[in-house]
Amino acid sequence: METRGFGRRDALKAAAGAAAAALAAPAVHAQGPVVLRYVGTAVNQSKEIKDKVREDLGIVIEYVPVTSDDVVRRAVTQPNSFDILDSEYWMLKKIIPSGNLHGMDAKRIKLVDQITPVFTKGEIGGRKIGDQGTAPRKVSFLPAREAKSFATEQTQWMTLIPTTYNADTLGIRPDKIGRPVTSWADLLNPEFKGRAALLNIPSIGIMDAAMVVEATGQHKYADKGNMTRAEIDLTMKVLTEAKRAGQFRAFWKDFNESVNLMASGEVVIQSMWSPAVTAVRSKGVPCVYQPLKEGYRAWAAGFGIPKTLTGKKLDATYDFINWFLSGWAGAFLNRQGYYSAVLSTAKANMQPYEWAFWMEGKPAEQDIKAPDGTVMEKAGSVRDGGSYEARMGGVACWNAVMDENDYMVRKWNEFIAA
Amino acid sequence: MSSSLPDPVRSAEGTAAAPPSHRSREADGPAAALAMEGPAVSPAPVIAAAAPPARRSWAPLLQATPLGLVLLFFFVFPLLATGVVSLWNYTEYSLVPDVTGRNYVEMFEGCGDLSNGLCTTFRTYISTLRLCGMVWAITLLLGFTVAYFLCFHVRSDSVRMGLFLLCTAPFLTSNVIRMISWIPLLGREGAVNQFLVGAGLADAPQDWLLFSPFSVVLAFVHLYTLFVVVPVFNSMMRIDHRLLEAARDAGASGWQTLWHVVVPLAKPGIVIGSIFVIVLVMGDFVTIGVMGGQQIASVGKIIQVQMSYLQFPAAAAQAVVLLALVLIIIAIMTKLVDIRREL
Repeated sequence: METRGFGRRDALKAAAGAAAAALAAPAVHAQGPVVLRYVGTAVNQSKEIKDKVREDLGIVIEYVPVTSDDVVRRAVTQPNSFDILDSEYWMLKKIIPSGNLHGMDAKRIKLVDQITPVFTKGEIGGRKIGDQGTAPRKVSFLPAREAKSFATEQTQWMTLIPTTYNADTLGIRPDKIGRPVTSWADLLNPEFKGRAALLNIPSIGIMDAAMVVEATGQHKYADKGNMTRAEIDLTMKVLTEAKRAGQFRAFWKDFNESVNLMASGEVVIQSMWSPAVTAVRSKGVPCVYQPLKEGYRAWAAGFGIPKTLTGKKLDATYDFINWFLSGWAGAFLNRQGYYSAVLSTAKANMQPYEWAFWMEGKPAEQDIKAPDGTVMEKAGSVRDGGSYEARMGGVACWNAVMDENDYMVRKWNEFIAA
Repeated sequence: MSSSLPDPVRSAEGTAAAPPSHRSREADGPAAALAMEGPAVSPAPVIAAAAPPARRSWAPLLQATPLGLVLLFFFVFPLLATGVVSLWNYTEYSLVPDVTGRNYVEMFEGCGDLSNGLCTTFRTYISTLRLCGMVWAITLLLGFTVAYFLCFHVRSDSVRMGLFLLCTAPFLTSNVIRMISWIPLLGREGAVNQFLVGAGLADAPQDWLLFSPFSVVLAFVHLYTLFVVVPVFNSMMRIDHRLLEAARDAGASGWQTLWHVVVPLAKPGIVIGSIFVIVLVMGDFVTIGVMGGQQIASVGKIIQVQMSYLQFPAAAAQAVVLLALVLIIIAIMTKLVDIRREL
């Protein structure tokens, strides 16, 4: 009897154990890797980075690609819809007052001291660079974790941890232009009537226009990134006249649109982003990211975290950001023509000849390959604009949000209707 | 022959066109005008009041409830919210509940002063209306012709249905793809220009083919003609073919039959198709943006820009004005033809 009783109990136990195991198993699966929803513009969302993060950290990055304007809209209106915000610095002037982003604890960022002084002090190699517009230096720090306005000096609380930045200029088709282009003024030069394009993001497009206005000597702005109403009127008048005269073939809003316009020959000169130039060139179409004497319009992006993020996801986000600064991603970005926030770790992850080409402006010792292996630059070629110091040192202004933003948007709509 | 024409024609017109003219006369009456205003709302309470027996009076109300609730939550509330928000104030990053005319005032700022040309809002509406008018005219003509061919020239039912389904085939791909695929075709170095230059029809590539009002209208016509074909086809299929024979027997020419018999009887389909096209084009910003190279103003585009700059109240005010305009257009059209009677 007893043995049978035991037997029955054993059987029950075993069954219970099996059931528990069966029940527990899905729970373990469901916990799985941490998934981080990453909202940003498509241009920064590379599959390679996603795969590498999965491999190194076991974190799953879920990209949510949106346009620049939508990044702001998401951050302000739907702060629960993402775990990481890949934002540009100029957007912060709109996002931070909403209180939807938290200051990030610099103490949890291992390489915070090595972040390039472009972000912290607004200088390169001890030399001040252009400060017009929303320079990252002005919006990098918060006085407290939950502050809604910016700190004037460096603090422990950072709005964004910088990831990537670059100096933008005009892209041209040298084969169709056939002469050197040296000034922003050429964007509105009637010589390129019907073959120019402009960026249709009002706050950035107007700055390109301002570069032209200054280049043609029509006006000297105190701050191109923060115009007065009269200056906005003047700039839009110049643009409107050009539009009425048929200067523009199209306006573009999406990275891929700019690539298509250039590659298809619709446009020979336009405001462009660096990877777009690379993309055009990789189609075998000649395209130059032309350095201009008036300088560059720079931008910078970084990661922010929403105030609602806590616990495991928050930790994972910090892990991801620390990983991002640790070199692999930096090297990946540098190879696309961007610049990484921490240069030393990126350098350690690049071949010396790659570093010499991308960062030091030296002729390529051997073929420069894109991350996917296609040859981007033949041996002997030199990067447009030269070295890091030459390009970032030549920054004239930063992408910005103006105090008169409402007025500017209305004027921009007027321009589109003109 | 020619001298005896007018009379039979008039008599043919009499038999064929009488029903529609009779209808439209009725539609002009106050009763029809009343009935036109939201049948879903008014009849229900009337029934409830007029029929005291409790059980019966609840049944229709209950039956109408699901649709009523859906409309309430997904149509009436959002619409009211839009109206309310259009009166709010806003800042760079927040909405401020308020009652202010700011959004409407800014929208029409400078519209009273015509010395500098028209104001932005008027120019934008005129640009949108012009596109809309062109698209409407072309889709109507094309849609009517296609439907006419299917109805009166194709004899076999199976062939007719086959051809009709063929018309819908483009809808198997997405809207955006159908639109974007025009770009490589019409571009400066696109297929059409290569052909034109290659065949010696043009000296240089033609720029007006792409990023111009032409390409916008072309894309719209491509996208929306079917929205005219379907309702017009539907109306035409109900036309008794004996009427056409009677018209012919009475000596009407083909054009006369078309104009005095077919068109009046197909009117409801024409009006419904027109409403589809007008509503779609007036609110569009994607097609105008992509095909117009973002250079052509449209009301939808303005709303989109304002939304992306978080100026929701200003966008709401634009939306209210646009809605009012479209409603006026539709009201005029439904005044001309009583659609519900025909369905």
